Amino acid sequence: MNAPSPVLQPPPEKLYEARKAVHNKRIDGPFRRFKWLVMTVTLGIYYGTPWIRWDRGPYAPDQAVLVDIANRRFYMFGIEIWPHEFYFVAGLLIMAGIGLFLVTSAVGRAWCGYTCPQTVWTDLFQHVDRFVDGDRNARMRLDAAPWTWGKFTRRAFKWTVYLIIGFWTGGAWIMYFADAPTLVRDFWAGAAAPAAYIAVAILTFTTVALGGFMREQVCIYMCPWPRIQTAMMDEKSLTVTYKDWRGEPRGSVKKAEKNPGAFGDCIDCTQCVQVCPTGIDIREGPQIGCITCALCIDACDKVMDQIGRPRGLIDYVTLEGAERERAGQETPSTLRTIFRPRTIAYFMIWGGIGLAMLFAVGTRDRLTVNAIQERNPIYVQLSDGDVRNSFEVKIRNMENRPREMTLSLEGLEDGEMWAGSGSHEQGLREFSVTVPADQLLNTHVFVAAPYQGEQREEFRFVVTPEGDAEAAASEDAVFERPGGTQ
Amino acid sequence: MSDNGDKRVDQPTGTEFVGHEWDGIEELDTPLPRWWLIIFYGTVIWAVIWTIMYPAWPLINSATEGVMGWSSRGQFEQELAAVESERAPIREALARIPIERLPEDSALMDAAVRGGRSAFQVYCVQCHGSGAAGSPGYPNLNDDDWLWGGDLRAIEYTLTHGIRNPDHDETRQSLMPAFGRDGILDGEQIGDLTAYVRTISGQQEPNRAAMRGRTLFTANCAVCHGSNGGGLRSFGAPNLTDRIWLYGGDSDTIRDVITNSRHGVMPRWGHVLDPVTIRMLAAYVHSLGGGEDFVEVAEDPGVEVDERP
Repeated sequence: MNAPSPVLQPPPEKLYEARKAVHNKRIDGPFRRFKWLVMTVTLGIYYGTPWIRWDRGPYAPDQAVLVDIANRRFYMFGIEIWPHEFYFVAGLLIMAGIGLFLVTSAVGRAWCGYTCPQTVWTDLFQHVDRFVDGDRNARMRLDAAPWTWGKFTRRAFKWTVYLIIGFWTGGAWIMYFADAPTLVRDFWAGAAAPAAYIAVAILTFTTVALGGFMREQVCIYMCPWPRIQTAMMDEKSLTVTYKDWRGEPRGSVKKAEKNPGAFGDCIDCTQCVQVCPTGIDIREGPQIGCITCALCIDACDKVMDQIGRPRGLIDYVTLEGAERERAGQETPSTLRTIFRPRTIAYFMIWGGIGLAMLFAVGTRDRLTVNAIQERNPIYVQLSDGDVRNSFEVKIRNMENRPREMTLSLEGLEDGEMWAGSGSHEQGLREFSVTVPADQLLNTHVFVAAPYQGEQREEFRFVVTPEGDAEAAASEDAVFERPGGTQ
Repeated sequence: MSDNGDKRVDQPTGTEFVGHEWDGIEELDTPLPRWWLIIFYGTVIWAVIWTIMYPAWPLINSATEGVMGWSSRGQFEQELAAVESERAPIREALARIPIERLPEDSALMDAAVRGGRSAFQVYCVQCHGSGAAGSPGYPNLNDDDWLWGGDLRAIEYTLTHGIRNPDHDETRQSLMPAFGRDGILDGEQIGDLTAYVRTISGQQEPNRAAMRGRTLFTANCAVCHGSNGGGLRSFGAPNLTDRIWLYGGDSDTIRDVITNSRHGVMPRWGHVLDPVTIRMLAAYVHSLGGGEDFVEVAEDPGVEVDERP
């Protein structure tokens, strides 16, 4: 340093550290292959599900999974959910939450490492980088190189691929909300709803921004989930661990040959750092940036094989297992650490909720009736001396076919009823209505009964589908009179 | 206050003092932040543009109009026109269809009932109540008892021409004599008649007074109310045998009605509301539960009745 540094005015501290780009190296191994598998399955489900067809007859859509917002229905294979049954979706979310507890307490941050969309899409984009620009060293060189025409075309190509992936992702998203083949046609013909184009634009942007550019920063700085998972892990949860008691002090193979016994197994080849998708050094110990994708295990095992040392210098180990191994004691088997009271309890709760929901879905009513009494006026004196009440009767047919139903009165002896446009002379104890497929029928029903009687007389509306008395539904109602018993 | 020089500078900040001082606390002449100034001048420019574009400066009778020609009333009228044009097909269909055939078109009937409900809340609730349940003297429109007829055409006629409108020839018109006040019947006779009316409506057992009343009824009342007291709609004469009483069915009220008579009125709406709104109102009233089917009879209500001025 030649220039005298100003003593009175210290240089302002930098509040932010610039991101160090991660150029992770290609690696092959069992965990990498597992990641490939998970990526294929999860992306396959995401992109492919809207295209699965499911025959529900002529009165309902034939898309297996469909969130029909306009008609307020949610279809999932054989299950159809109405808005008032949305608690099933809440139940699914609770199951997803407890499922994460279960997975985290057993195998640590496996969600982060393999199945989180951020991880899967980041992985996908990193493969794009590798495909366009080459592996780690080539990418680092290109990054450092000045902006030439060649670099520009490469980048333009890469970003185009990013955009296509982002567009595809957003495009797949909207398929869940409308009939997929129709929507694709409409989309390209410019005839789809504005919401579709807006959703695709937003999701294209977020996919490219989060997966293409922000990547591991989302996990490290933005996502709350690592913090929560860290709190849920205990000393018996599996996590990716560098066995420092075996590896330290580090030294190259040559040094170790010169001084046998002075060095540990780690040869400081930094392969574990080079393959890491979040750019951390696992040898610094467990840390928030580690998503436990285990690619460093693949890398280290490969090196250990090459230099003839035992595998597992970096390995899935529990905290407790690490302590015991460090002390030279025998470590419990992996199965024992996974099946322990806590995980079994989580599993029971998770499975219990699942079974309860399955039972509820299997036994839920596909027909309901609701009666709302007209309150203004509550009752009307008729010329023949009877009293009339009126009700808004709502019959909900949740089956995908129109049904003939009988609406009848139960209780209220001497009471009669008729639908909106009828009259007292046409009063009956029951009449039939046709309820359209998968719809709510709203009928105005007048009920008349003699003046004499209880002031508030309880009775019921019963709806019986034709030929299916088992499925009958009923609703309690009250018939009100002016004076009460006289 | 220190007056010695305007250029006194606060050492730590390098800012000039304004010159004000209160108990040793002085004010610095800190310049306004640039962003604040930009916004301030921006709003000034915006205000100038605004006053040119939109109504702004108050004059004696009105305000400057602005080059955009905008006014809140104009905007309201635009919105109103938009709603009107949206409803135009329904109104057209309603105007075209013969009203007695309206129930055949259930969608149109629904639209008419909904429109009628809104109009009812504006024009009719003052007397008939928000639920159309009426009150003593104001008929309950939910029931199945009608003074002048309960089919769609009769209701539409009543709405259009009103009841006992003195300035209108086609109005529903009938006048029951004040039998007591005008000295047609004496108090005892009115008592007998009251007993008879209460008997035919099933409110009391037949007795001697009722037997006497029967003769009086045939002589004085049967012309309008019918020989059995069932009423006559062409005269607007109520059915006296049913359980519905406009003013009340107790002895005192019936006696009062016979003595002094009642001539309830309803405004005619034909010159206030457009025919389609009246049709909607008719459909709504018809839908309340007492609506009757139209029967083709050669009757033209409310024309021939004019016995007494």
